[in-house]
Amino acid sequence: MKRKLLEVLLLLGLLSAALCGCGGGSTGKTAEAGPADSAGTQDPAAQPAADHPNAITVGIAQDLDESLDPHLAVAAGTKEIMFNVFEGLVKPTPDGDLVPAVASEFTSDGTTYTFTLRQGVKFHNGDAVEMRDVVYSINRNRLAEDGGEPLIPALSAIKSMTADDTTLTITLDQANTEFLAYLTLAILPEDYDGQDTAPVGTGPFKFVSRAAQDNIVLERFEDYWGEPAYLDKVTFKIIENADSILMSLQSGAVDLFAHLTSTQVAQLGDDFNIEEGTMNLVQAMYLNHAEKPFDDVRVRQALCHAVDRQQILDLAFDGYGSLIGSSMYPAFGKYFDDSLTNHYPHDVEKARALLADAGYPDGFAMTITVPSNYQPHIDTAQVIVEQLKEAGITAEIQLVEWGSWLSDVYAGRQYQATVVGVDASTMTARALLERFTSTAGNNFINYNSPLYDSLFVKATSSAGEAAQTEFYKEMEADLTKNAANVYIQDLADLVAVRKGLTGVRFYPIYVLDLAGVRYTA
Amino acid sequence: MNYLLKRVLAGLATMLAVSFFTFAAFSLISGDTATAMLGTSATPERLAALRAELGLDRPLPVRYGAWLAGFFTGDLGVSTSYSQPVRDLLAPKIALTLGLSLVSFALITAVSIPLGVFTAGRRRFEGARTVLNQLGMAVPPFFTGILLSWFFGVGLKWFTPGQFPDAKQDFAGAAVYLLFAAIALSIPRIAMTARMLRSTVQEELGKDYVRTAIARGNDRGQVLRRHVLKNALPPVVAFLAQTMAEIVAGSIVVEQVFVIPGLGQMLVSSISNRDYPVVQAIVVILALWVVLAGTAADLISQRIDPRLRLGGAA
Amino acid sequence: MKRRNGFLTAGLVLTGLVAALILLGAFWTPYDPNAMAAGPKFDSPSPAHWMGTDNFGRDIFSRVLQGAGATASIALATLFIGAAGGCLAGALTGYFGGAADELLMRLNDVLTAFPSILLALVVISVLGPGKKINVILALGLVFIPSFARVSRTAFASLRDVNYIQSARLMGASNLRILAVHMLPNTAPVLLPALTIGFNNAVLAEASMSFLGIGVTPPDASLGYMLSEAQGMLFAAPWYAAGTGLVIVAMVFSVGLLGEGLRRRDKGVL
Repeated sequence: MKRKLLEVLLLLGLLSAALCGCGGGSTGKTAEAGPADSAGTQDPAAQPAADHPNAITVGIAQDLDESLDPHLAVAAGTKEIMFNVFEGLVKPTPDGDLVPAVASEFTSDGTTYTFTLRQGVKFHNGDAVEMRDVVYSINRNRLAEDGGEPLIPALSAIKSMTADDTTLTITLDQANTEFLAYLTLAILPEDYDGQDTAPVGTGPFKFVSRAAQDNIVLERFEDYWGEPAYLDKVTFKIIENADSILMSLQSGAVDLFAHLTSTQVAQLGDDFNIEEGTMNLVQAMYLNHAEKPFDDVRVRQALCHAVDRQQILDLAFDGYGSLIGSSMYPAFGKYFDDSLTNHYPHDVEKARALLADAGYPDGFAMTITVPSNYQPHIDTAQVIVEQLKEAGITAEIQLVEWGSWLSDVYAGRQYQATVVGVDASTMTARALLERFTSTAGNNFINYNSPLYDSLFVKATSSAGEAAQTEFYKEMEADLTKNAANVYIQDLADLVAVRKGLTGVRFYPIYVLDLAGVRYTA
Repeated sequence: MNYLLKRVLAGLATMLAVSFFTFAAFSLISGDTATAMLGTSATPERLAALRAELGLDRPLPVRYGAWLAGFFTGDLGVSTSYSQPVRDLLAPKIALTLGLSLVSFALITAVSIPLGVFTAGRRRFEGARTVLNQLGMAVPPFFTGILLSWFFGVGLKWFTPGQFPDAKQDFAGAAVYLLFAAIALSIPRIAMTARMLRSTVQEELGKDYVRTAIARGNDRGQVLRRHVLKNALPPVVAFLAQTMAEIVAGSIVVEQVFVIPGLGQMLVSSISNRDYPVVQAIVVILALWVVLAGTAADLISQRIDPRLRLGGAA
Repeated sequence: MKRRNGFLTAGLVLTGLVAALILLGAFWTPYDPNAMAAGPKFDSPSPAHWMGTDNFGRDIFSRVLQGAGATASIALATLFIGAAGGCLAGALTGYFGGAADELLMRLNDVLTAFPSILLALVVISVLGPGKKINVILALGLVFIPSFARVSRTAFASLRDVNYIQSARLMGASNLRILAVHMLPNTAPVLLPALTIGFNNAVLAEASMSFLGIGVTPPDASLGYMLSEAQGMLFAAPWYAAGTGLVIVAMVFSVGLLGEGLRRRDKGVL
């Protein structure tokens, strides 16, 4: 009996393997008439709109930060999700503009910013947003707790802040055209101390519950001041095991999954539409300049020459993605300097020569630390390992859990090289570039360039937008020339959306806006 | 009674040893817990303050004592990576893992005992049976798990891999889901148990008293039930208790394949995150479960085994 | 009688075959296991790529050969630690008996009652995950108790046997008795235990790598490859099938060998 069971299982398994395999190969062009078994209860398109609950499950690749307090959140993945829960005085649009949110309007001359509090905005706990909440939220980020660095150092540019019940006036110590972007910081109620575990904001969705390593549930906020969200409920399901992602999509457990690899996308059947945007991440092999031999600029340059970025795109991303040459990506428009992109063409001979010059004629061994839950970075690292072999460098990959990556690599700076994507918290060049100043708390590569530091001071203190842009571009060039990191690409953001759902909006920053997502029909 | 007391005391001693060793081991290496928690904002003063707050500056035995006292009062400490009480984190997961192990255990018992007894003493197809048996033991649960979730999950849609249903809302769905995970988990263990039972029964059947009984004209089945099983079962029960330990181990892997948010998944991610309070709590909970199962099995076999019972009466 | 030898023969042949393949894989593989674009992406099995190719166009057969080698070598190293440590403890306690015996066996009871993977995970989390040597150490340590138990029984049963007693009367040293007179005679018990131990080590290593705590890419072990393959089930089902079946084949053939050994020894003793 057991024999039969086993035999049947194995045979059936192999058989369906073959069948699914064939089906997977011909994605995309097949007509709508899907296989009969796909019309199960999970397929919303197959049923009238009223029959399915107005809710979706969104898969995410990592658990959120330990604290859900938006001011303390570190991980891009947390901010990405919590974008739906929190708003600032202003908020970004898909086009990269900033529009009033908790403020109803604002005026500015570069030095003085005046905001009018929007009437009738409510927190998720039912309380009305008052000016004191706004002041509290800004001050919490502006003032250091106990002599340390404030949460948002850029806010120390505020010289004075005056407020009455409806109007807030902020005066800066000097004109700063980027300042507005920082006021996307979340407005939180002053008299509430549960943000860590039960966050309360003003966004279109409110937080309902969280189960560690399992899920986060949001529901539509009925008293939202603006255009309400379409969906009643969104469940974020944490699927850290990259291998299970596909299974969960295929089986109907998950309706929407962002940041998929082209390999994963190619395997999805006809149940999904693939939306393509950009990830808005600076993907690079970041190098720890405090570790030998990466303290030597020649070694870093050799690495840049040894890595064939186009091959990375071809092998690991089916050609998707846009190459970059510094800590800036194309979606940033005017700040992006395309002339840096091909500063280090693929050239193994040159790499070897540089290595010999630096005293490593036979190469060296290194460890690349990669967060285990980000398949694109793992794939990239695997290709890099092969490419470095040609230049005589033996690299090995060390996979670590995201939490370990944060504490050891990012905060502890105990690593040699790491392949990750770094995002911009606000839509300013500063958000991407400030971290590499020698004194920045999040300068996890220990970059130390006096020129860079002085350029940064000039950039942040210059009044004219054009001059400022120029300084930022010089900073980017400094990173490129010093081969601060092996810059690779801004990944293509491939989002699988179950057919019958629409309304995914892409932003030039790393957020997943679900307010517009809805069922068609 | 005396025996029971002894057994419980031994179990307690085991638990104490396990918990102390894991506690000491994690204390040795978790010196940087405070660093990990503070991250970028770490300064020597803040570190010292946090260490004091976490009680990391006290000597090991004192900390262990405090932890133990906490364990018995239901206070398992605070997770370093979630800043939530470990107890709240684990409470919803315990039932899942225990459920999975109970379903697997039931499955193993229900299939392997009849299988082992039935095949004992029958020589037909022995070669093929042994080969199958070895095959059953050779299939790793995660491989079976992949095949199952793919065929029955993605193919036939009997369950949705990756989405474990909330047992409160959809009990049947959760049960089916757990059943498939349990099947993957059980196959090697069923093969082992059946084989063990078969050889024990076989050995017993070869003994003089059985031969005599059958030669005297007693019904073979009756002899099997009355005498042979009685003598063959105790080692099998002991083996099944050991099985519980293996199931718990297997569930760690199977939970990963089936994406069941149980203790196993939490354990693996906590190990990588070096969230030692959580690891410590899970290890001790699983150990407690295994020791309980072992004690129960011991007591059961003592009931069954006539010799032990005689000894108890005398 | 014939059938008993049948298992042994089949086990030996299959194990030999698997071992030969692994040895071959150590020196030669059809393609460089890590070379990308050795073929088209997700190529199905063909004469050029026996098990097809994966998402980087790497030859899966070459990778499986190499992965099996990694898995087997880790299992053997683990086995060595476990068996050497276990036999030593078992021999000493079994032969001398006394309080040390009692104490060690109590400790042993505690350890064997405990899920081995769980123990290994604890040890790994202490040593640090993601390193091959740590996996070997963790699993090796975990396997010591079961070997100690088996060998202790074997040694203890031999202690009072006539020829051992006469050797002792003739003035042979304890060490000599243990090594020369007893150890060879424990083989009938130890050999099958070694095959079981090997299989447990293979499965344990595969499980840990599957969980992402064992060996890491690009040096793939079978367990990690299988977890990778799970993500490509739809594009390359042969990846999971090939890798999984190799694990099964490895464990199955050694299991058969163990079964054969056990049966032979039952006949002989």
